[in-house]
Amino acid sequence: MSATLFGQSVLSGIFAGSLYALMGLGMSLSWRYLRVINIAHFGLVFLAAYMTYEFAGVRGFSALAVALLLIPLFFMLGVIQQVLILRFNVNEFSSLIVTYGLAIIAEAVIQLIWSADFVRYENRALHGNVEVGTLLLPMADILLVVIAVGLCVATWAAMRFTWLGKALRAGLDNPAIAAAFGVPNQRLLLLVSGFSAALAAVAGVFVALLYTLAPSQILSWLGVVFAAVLLGGLGNPLGLLAAGMLIGVSEAITMAVTAPSWAPVVPFTILILLLVLWPQRV
Amino acid sequence: MRGRDIVGATRRFMLAAGLATSAALAATAFQAQAQAPSGPPIRIGSTLALTGPLAQTGAIHKIVGDLFVAQLNARGGLLGRPVEWVLLDDQSKPDITRTLYERLITVDKVDLIIGPYATAGILSAMAVAQRYNKVLVHSTFGIPKMAAYDRQFPAWPLGIDPEKTMPNDLLDALASIGKTPKSIAIVTSKFPSVQFVAVGAREVAKARGVKEALYLEFEFGTRDFGPIAARVREADPDLLFVGAIGLEGNQLLEALDKLNYKPRNHFYVYPTPGPLATSPLGNDAMATTAFENLPPLNKNPEAAAFAKAFTEAATKAGLPYTEPETQAGASWSMWEILTGAIKATKSLDDKVLADHIKKNGSDTVLGHISFDGQNNYGKNLMRTKQVQQGKWVIIWPKDMITPGYTVQGK
Repeated sequence: MSATLFGQSVLSGIFAGSLYALMGLGMSLSWRYLRVINIAHFGLVFLAAYMTYEFAGVRGFSALAVALLLIPLFFMLGVIQQVLILRFNVNEFSSLIVTYGLAIIAEAVIQLIWSADFVRYENRALHGNVEVGTLLLPMADILLVVIAVGLCVATWAAMRFTWLGKALRAGLDNPAIAAAFGVPNQRLLLLVSGFSAALAAVAGVFVALLYTLAPSQILSWLGVVFAAVLLGGLGNPLGLLAAGMLIGVSEAITMAVTAPSWAPVVPFTILILLLVLWPQRV
Repeated sequence: MRGRDIVGATRRFMLAAGLATSAALAATAFQAQAQAPSGPPIRIGSTLALTGPLAQTGAIHKIVGDLFVAQLNARGGLLGRPVEWVLLDDQSKPDITRTLYERLITVDKVDLIIGPYATAGILSAMAVAQRYNKVLVHSTFGIPKMAAYDRQFPAWPLGIDPEKTMPNDLLDALASIGKTPKSIAIVTSKFPSVQFVAVGAREVAKARGVKEALYLEFEFGTRDFGPIAARVREADPDLLFVGAIGLEGNQLLEALDKLNYKPRNHFYVYPTPGPLATSPLGNDAMATTAFENLPPLNKNPEAAAFAKAFTEAATKAGLPYTEPETQAGASWSMWEILTGAIKATKSLDDKVLADHIKKNGSDTVLGHISFDGQNNYGKNLMRTKQVQQGKWVIIWPKDMITPGYTVQGK
């Protein structure tokens, strides 16, 4: 294997890992802080991707404007989802089934509006590469890495250093005592849910930029993102970013050195090894 | 001729034309009334992948089935009776397909069954059909050697050995313009109906002296084609043969484009036609096809009418790509084969229908399909097509080349 092939494969893995992290960030936060295993997150990601296709690809608005529109819109969707979850008192394990159902509904709605056929948003503005020696870095993927790393680091910093993060952790640890100290638990949960859904919107914009879309793809991301979320640690944005990169790069190197058909085995092998060797991590 | 005569002649012509038109309309109305189907419907049952990962193509088969049955009933139905298509959603799952075909036969008690979509689903339906001795005409079954039931009939005229004919046709097409490749990279999905074709291409290439620069298998559902693209770029073959189903060809091309690499000649086994034709990266991409709305295929008036009706229906259904191709053509021919046999035999008996189809073959929009070979596969009617100027044209065999076009190769 040449150095170029190796380097290009590692880069490809970093790009894929960034998307895993971006898709998993909202899911990781809602699992940790809301106790909701939110499969519907993937439905929101694809709903955002299709809306990006519709408004930017078909109707000609700029992708940035669409993203700026989708973020508050999806924030509201996330808040509404959490209000319903609280209203019906859905617990952690029930949330798996409920949100799986919501993801199926999202798939049906997308199919109803955009048909089951493939659609593609061709964005020529982000077409092109940056050359570094013999390696090529596509513009869209560079942007993806910047946004994914930026959001993971910012979220980690917010959780680590701000009152908001401390209040969330306090509420998670002991809601009654946190409330006695003036922590508005319910509002913070709505905020986390809204933020998670807004992250789904950002991930959706990148899915639209990078992939051809079909409604049936919604749950195809579940396994690998689930593995990244568990590997990274629930509610741990930096851990998630590292786990996403580890999975992405491992898959890519597997594809480069051996039969690519072995690549899907990689994330789950890593996850099983982690569960065996470091069970307290998950 | 004087002016009054001209006016008189015109009046007489108009009167005659009016009377003729009225008579024709009355005759048509009478005929339509006489042919209006009546009595209990003939119920034909099937499943389709209306949801799940195969729903993109399932939607095409649904449009075709709805169109065919509507037209059939408008023309008087079958045996004077209306036809009802009992359609269930198999969710793209072969196990559910099997259960639903059991239900169609034993609970819904349909008169006849017809094939679902996709190889695994058809194989499931075939097992049920065999258990109840039902005739099963099906559309796009990809592994002919596995279709061992004697009352199954493929409407997709692949021939018994597409793993040989498909790569040979491709190499013949390139050889015809003096561009026989010296090296080939074969990259294939492990999806069963394309993987064996890729393995066959490997053998064909070896037999024809084409050097294998790369052979890779990837899992169906792979999303990141970056490392595979890097390996293709490093191998730099004269011909890239991709065992692609659905969107995989586009995904690989997009990953290659990110590496500033354009394959010199590239072939995809069963790509989704729309995205490949409309992508700026799809130029010169080749694939196999059974039907395109192009001469000489659409010189047949029935084929032309089918193509027009399909495009209208697909547009109405909101499909992004509305041209009929292999899936739509094979689906239509499936209905033609079954209903043609019913008309010819005036029977709904499975044995009578199977015997008739086996013996006579069927005239369809794809051409005359025969069933006289191994596993009821007859002559191979597949063609090689290529994206040129943003649309598919047929480039092989010679007698099917779209007028005004030739094979493009580097």
